Amino acid sequence: MENLINIFVRSIFIDNMIFAYFLGMCSYLAVSKTVKTSTGLGIAVIFVMLITVPVNYLLNRFVLLPGALQWLDESFASLDLSFLSFIMFIAVIASIVQLVEMVVEKYSPALYNSLGIFLPLIAVNCAIMGGSLFMQQREYETLGEATVFGLGSGVGWFLAIISIAAIRERLKYSDIPKPLRGLGISFILTGLMGIAFMTFMGIKL
Amino acid sequence: MSDVKEKEPWFSAKNIELLTGPLNSKNPITVLVLGICSALAVTVKLEPAIVMAISVTVVTAFSNLIISLIRNTIPSRIRIIVQLVVIAALVILVDEVLKAYVYDVSKQLSVFVGLIITNCIVMGRLEAFALGNKPWPAFLDGIGNGLGYGLILVVLAFFRELLGSGTIFGYRVIPESFYYSNGGMYENNGLMILPPMALILVGLIIWIQRGRNRKLIEE
Repeated sequence: MENLINIFVRSIFIDNMIFAYFLGMCSYLAVSKTVKTSTGLGIAVIFVMLITVPVNYLLNRFVLLPGALQWLDESFASLDLSFLSFIMFIAVIASIVQLVEMVVEKYSPALYNSLGIFLPLIAVNCAIMGGSLFMQQREYETLGEATVFGLGSGVGWFLAIISIAAIRERLKYSDIPKPLRGLGISFILTGLMGIAFMTFMGIKL
Repeated sequence: MSDVKEKEPWFSAKNIELLTGPLNSKNPITVLVLGICSALAVTVKLEPAIVMAISVTVVTAFSNLIISLIRNTIPSRIRIIVQLVVIAALVILVDEVLKAYVYDVSKQLSVFVGLIITNCIVMGRLEAFALGNKPWPAFLDGIGNGLGYGLILVVLAFFRELLGSGTIFGYRVIPESFYYSNGGMYENNGLMILPPMALILVGLIIWIQRGRNRKLIEE
């Protein structure tokens, strides 16, 4: 249990997808103009990460790793399919995003309308793919760890986009040098927020 | 059959523009805001940055070429999946080549090679250019955008490596005797090798670029 909490806190604050690895920056910069839309996108990211990371964990564990197909037949024990992981992960992500979109549309039209165009965009959000790749690289032991990691990374991304959106809403009233307006100042602000987030670095539960 | 239709030369002014535009006024990172995702984390040292830039250029150019060749046969409803499959296949090739020839760099790049798949530059250029243009311009556009991306990466990595570790390509530029521990007055700027500094440097690059080219200023 302690281990799970540790992974959760780590993935939110220390290994934050945006501040530590710059993943999902494209939609982070493009969508963070108002808090409302950022909240929608953030929730969608949490949702999709919570599903794709465990699914890709199972895929990795039972299909892709060297000898992972042994449960099917003894003769597959020497098979190593790990070179296929990129294509499998992205296929899983794209189809789950599609599936989630259909389910949400059917059962919760209100949520569907508020997420709008963001759901399909998530398929190409680097943070989602990054979550699955980090999960594979860090070799999480159990399904629980992978799920918690997915949830934590999503929450970290959510926090980051909400905070930059809140700052950018206030920025309208400040006098920024003209060439720095818009994109430039957003980059610098993200950098400063990243420095602030680094204070969490020493924490270990 | 007939020579009525005039053939455009391979390197016409328009095609040259496709190559050079992304280096400055149409730069994918600082102007179009594409492909920042996997870019900044690899710029601590010059070598991985250059390898990353080359990989992205190759993937962008060839995925543009392939999609442009088959653009008339892709049904528009499933085009995203088709594009992802083409990109993923190319990225796997690049990854295997990197593992075979530059294993150390491949280890340093870790997941970021895989993340070229979801790099917005590749996808963005496919959607915006390759789907509506002939193969040769699409190929040039891919190379141009890859280079524009690479340019920013190399500039960032140059400053981060020089100021952060005092080396360039791993060779020492600032002599050991300058350092405080050896009796000198100099110390590496540790902030440079931390992630947030990459963002601040990009912000400064944007500032300089837009200060010189005022057409790019946003309201």
